[in-house]
Amino acid sequence: MMRVNFTVNGRQQEADDVWEGESLLYVLRERMGLPGSKNACEQGECGSCTVRLDGVPVCSCLVAAGQVEGRDVVTVEGLADFARQRDEHGGCASGACGTSLQDARQWQARPSGGAAGSPTGEGGGASPRAALSPIQQAFIDAGAVQCGFCTPGLLVAADEMLEKNPQPTDADIREALSGNLCRCTGYEKILDAVRLAAARQDRAPQEGVV
Amino acid sequence: MDFLRPASWEEALAAKAEHPTAVPIAGGTDVMVEINFDHRRPAYLLDLNRVGELNEWEVGEETVRLGASVPYTRIMEELRAELPGLALASHTVASPQIRNRGGVGGNLGTASPAGDAHPALLAAGCEVEVESVRGSRRIPIDHFYTGVKRNALAADELIRAVHIKKADGPQQYSKVGTRNAMVIAVCAFGIALHPETRTVRTGIGSAAPTPIRAKAAEEFLNAALDEGGFWDSKKIITPSVAKQFAELASGAANPIDDVRGTASYRRHAVGIMARRTLGWTWESYRGTGRSTEGVA
Repeated sequence: MMRVNFTVNGRQQEADDVWEGESLLYVLRERMGLPGSKNACEQGECGSCTVRLDGVPVCSCLVAAGQVEGRDVVTVEGLADFARQRDEHGGCASGACGTSLQDARQWQARPSGGAAGSPTGEGGGASPRAALSPIQQAFIDAGAVQCGFCTPGLLVAADEMLEKNPQPTDADIREALSGNLCRCTGYEKILDAVRLAAARQDRAPQEGVV
Repeated sequence: MDFLRPASWEEALAAKAEHPTAVPIAGGTDVMVEINFDHRRPAYLLDLNRVGELNEWEVGEETVRLGASVPYTRIMEELRAELPGLALASHTVASPQIRNRGGVGGNLGTASPAGDAHPALLAAGCEVEVESVRGSRRIPIDHFYTGVKRNALAADELIRAVHIKKADGPQQYSKVGTRNAMVIAVCAFGIALHPETRTVRTGIGSAAPTPIRAKAAEEFLNAALDEGGFWDSKKIITPSVAKQFAELASGAANPIDDVRGTASYRRHAVGIMARRTLGWTWESYRGTGRSTEGVA
């Protein structure tokens, strides 16, 4: 067993008693209480466990926990803060502006307007910062979520594509999402959502765009 | 299980010498699948992620020295001009997430006949730089694959880099699968024209116990192109020559029936891919067709 230290959603974290063959996905879900990244195929086929590792989208089921020592991970729970910080000052290098583990665990999908309470009436203590990222809002607005299992991976992958390529063609979108399977086969709405997020991004004032 | 985390290449070699059964892990896209599914429980995992030099490459006069862990994404995006065949092959690997992690060192280490990089490496021509505490050596790619998922590495050796000949002519890569992403090749074919030496090299994937070259097809074509003065005249290759090349390539395959396809389909498809990729590269050589970089 070993100890692994790494940054999750901008905050330094530590996992103890990690088995040497354990995946990053297992550590996130079972040790850190961050079940947003989904465990489906465990062989890199479905993309449901996609996270950013030092900024790069990877299948967390194929990263050995020990390999993330000292590195930086962003999960879907931190996506809203990550996107907000990217808009505000091109990202967070210091690690001091991330999502606390407590906040991430209590993450609730709430309207970005932040009106009266969460849809479930719960979520007290959730970070006031953790509204929705633009890609999350676009998925909701376009009706791109069916059973929702593939959604976290798609959000992380789509968000990264829009960061690198703000005006993607349909071919770009298909290519960027080719590693994410939706078994409800709701791909058309998912493509709509990414197009919507891209269009909104395009319209937004271009301040501090990466 | 022990997790070994060498911080340098020298430390990695020392660890591998001390624990020859240690399984190297870089991108993890093969190793972690086996661990997740309980197919493998190595006593030691040897993490190579902290050995930064494995993620680097150098473009030299004649060759590119490609670090074993350079992700396929970087090859695709940054080495298209120097290594067009390998860049095309890299683009067919799985998905963006997998290409962000996996590299050529893993394909060579696993030595699966279905590894996407192999046909491109065979066609371009390369040497695999391996090292142990006993010393360093370069294994020509033609001697690297020794059996199904077996390679010429000794137990204490690690793959450090691949020295790949820079393209001196058009290269192409073709892969048969059920969709454009996330498929293991039913079969694959790589071809490289080498106008400097007036030779053509090939590579076949997933159609024999190991990745192989279609040597009889190459020899036939080299002779036919030479005798017909094709390299100078840049004439269209005679259809009968292309047909014979395709038949010999098909004959080089020694495939099996499995879940992805039958042996006879593979033999057939290898011939088709050989003829098509020869056509594409030759049109490019003649300066009339699609670019060397192709499409993926």
